[in-house]
Amino acid sequence: MIQQVCEVQSCQEVAEKIFRLRFYSEEISNSVKPGQFVNILASENGVGPLLRRPFSVSRIVDNSLDILFHAVGVGTTILSRKRKGDNIDVLGPLGNSFKIDGDYETAIIVAGGIGVAPFPFLSTELIKKGKTIYTLLGFRSSNFKYSSYLKNTQIATDDGSEGFKGNVIQLLEKFFENNKGIKSAKIFACGPTVMLKSLAKHACEKNICCEISLEGQMACGVGICQGCPVEKNNVDMDYALVCKDGPIFLADQIKL
Amino acid sequence: MKSDVITSFKIREVEFKNRVFVASGTFGYGNEINELVDINQLGGIFTKSLSLKPRKGNPPQRIVETASGMLNTIGLANIGVHSFVKEKLPDLKNYKTHIITNIAASSKEEFCEVVKILENYSGIAGYEINVSCPNVKEGGINFGTNSKMTAEIVSKLRKLTERPLIIKLTPNTTHISEIARAIEDSGADAVSVINTLIGMAIDIKTRKPKLSTVTGGLSGPAIKPVALAKVYEVAKAVKIPIFGIGGISNTNDAIEFLLAGATAIQVGTMNFVDPNISVNIVNGFKRYAVENGISDIGELVGALNADVKYSVLQSWL
Repeated sequence: MIQQVCEVQSCQEVAEKIFRLRFYSEEISNSVKPGQFVNILASENGVGPLLRRPFSVSRIVDNSLDILFHAVGVGTTILSRKRKGDNIDVLGPLGNSFKIDGDYETAIIVAGGIGVAPFPFLSTELIKKGKTIYTLLGFRSSNFKYSSYLKNTQIATDDGSEGFKGNVIQLLEKFFENNKGIKSAKIFACGPTVMLKSLAKHACEKNICCEISLEGQMACGVGICQGCPVEKNNVDMDYALVCKDGPIFLADQIKL
Repeated sequence: MKSDVITSFKIREVEFKNRVFVASGTFGYGNEINELVDINQLGGIFTKSLSLKPRKGNPPQRIVETASGMLNTIGLANIGVHSFVKEKLPDLKNYKTHIITNIAASSKEEFCEVVKILENYSGIAGYEINVSCPNVKEGGINFGTNSKMTAEIVSKLRKLTERPLIIKLTPNTTHISEIARAIEDSGADAVSVINTLIGMAIDIKTRKPKLSTVTGGLSGPAIKPVALAKVYEVAKAVKIPIFGIGGISNTNDAIEFLLAGATAIQVGTMNFVDPNISVNIVNGFKRYAVENGISDIGELVGALNADVKYSVLQSWL
């Protein structure tokens, strides 16, 4: 973990209000694992939001890192206006990572909306391990679609503007119907809580191991402020921290 | 920076090498961010609150950002004093700085019990007594807004320890200086001013409060002017040292607190934003002293220029 002022390499709008920002950090790009995140200070000279904002690392390109975000609030809007040569203060890499190793052949990636962010990086590492990948993505509409650097992609949109009309969980059900032969699969997922909840139920019924990446409002990102608890499934009212114990959890570990 | 500026000060027999500390709950037990900060540079660390038994804390949502600040309702989630002395204290002792354990409790007896346990261990410079947490049902702020109850706690604890006893005060009262005086009369060595201000935020889509406990504690730069005024008020009322806390983001903020009457300062919420702010302030104090021909940082304590007309004019220019 380091704190570093990093130079922005590029920042592009890749779908409606969806931005991909690339910054240079030899240290972070060489140590980060898929699923980990960075905590970025969006404010400039004290103007802007007080706290850092957490972003999954989306892809590593040489010694640079991509983050993918939806410009919805003050912090993400400031970040979306960064240009090549601007500086950002980055803390990372933080949190745990997806468990890529293991006794499975097929990786099924399931993402909703901006939840697609960590999967280009994960896919690269899964390919290195020789896993077969299927990627199921759900978006509200094709305007918000981001599907670059992913393998065997199928799209669902709520409005039917592209691919399957419906949500990504319905798409997953269809996928299972069409691919009954798939054995020893593992699901990697990220998206809205309601989606993850439904997915966790499916994975449990089908007895498939499912790792999910959670988002949490946090201050420090390193386990100090205790601001991002999620309830664990095993003991009543026992908490795990998204920033330190996560952001990756087994779906059956957590009360969603 | 090499300089001959005197930065140290003493409380009872404990000499602190400088006047910059990190506030309870914003620096964990030190081990979480020792990769990022040179902890040995600090005057001391106020640990995350410790209670007799571990506390799981409040349900989510526990934090929300507000204008120039944040609201929290952590609910004193902590590992408990027994785990602290076994798992954290041995490592903390290795730092070349002082460790002050912050203690939270829901009764006088619990405060005493925790201090009795900690008295058996070396490596603890003093105790900060949290009688002002706004986020727990029992204890906390219920003590801190009642001068008689707070004084009773201090008297009982005084009998148990020779180590510095620092009482952390709440601003959520109309008479902070009265409480400070009662604490001083009961034998406390110092006060920390201030804990968080009670605050609230609402999601207008769902019409629900943004925090699980409806209200929480406001901290960060938003509260700095309030904190400064409270330090100024308490400084006029008591002679014991004051640890000034509240939204300190840089050296200038910290110097303002000294001028208002704080003997030392604690950096709180801003540790979450930039873990090195406290170390920057240690160096900033020295630089300010050299630039202004000050030989001892202590000269700044309470050195407010009371020529109000002049101050007002300057602040408008």
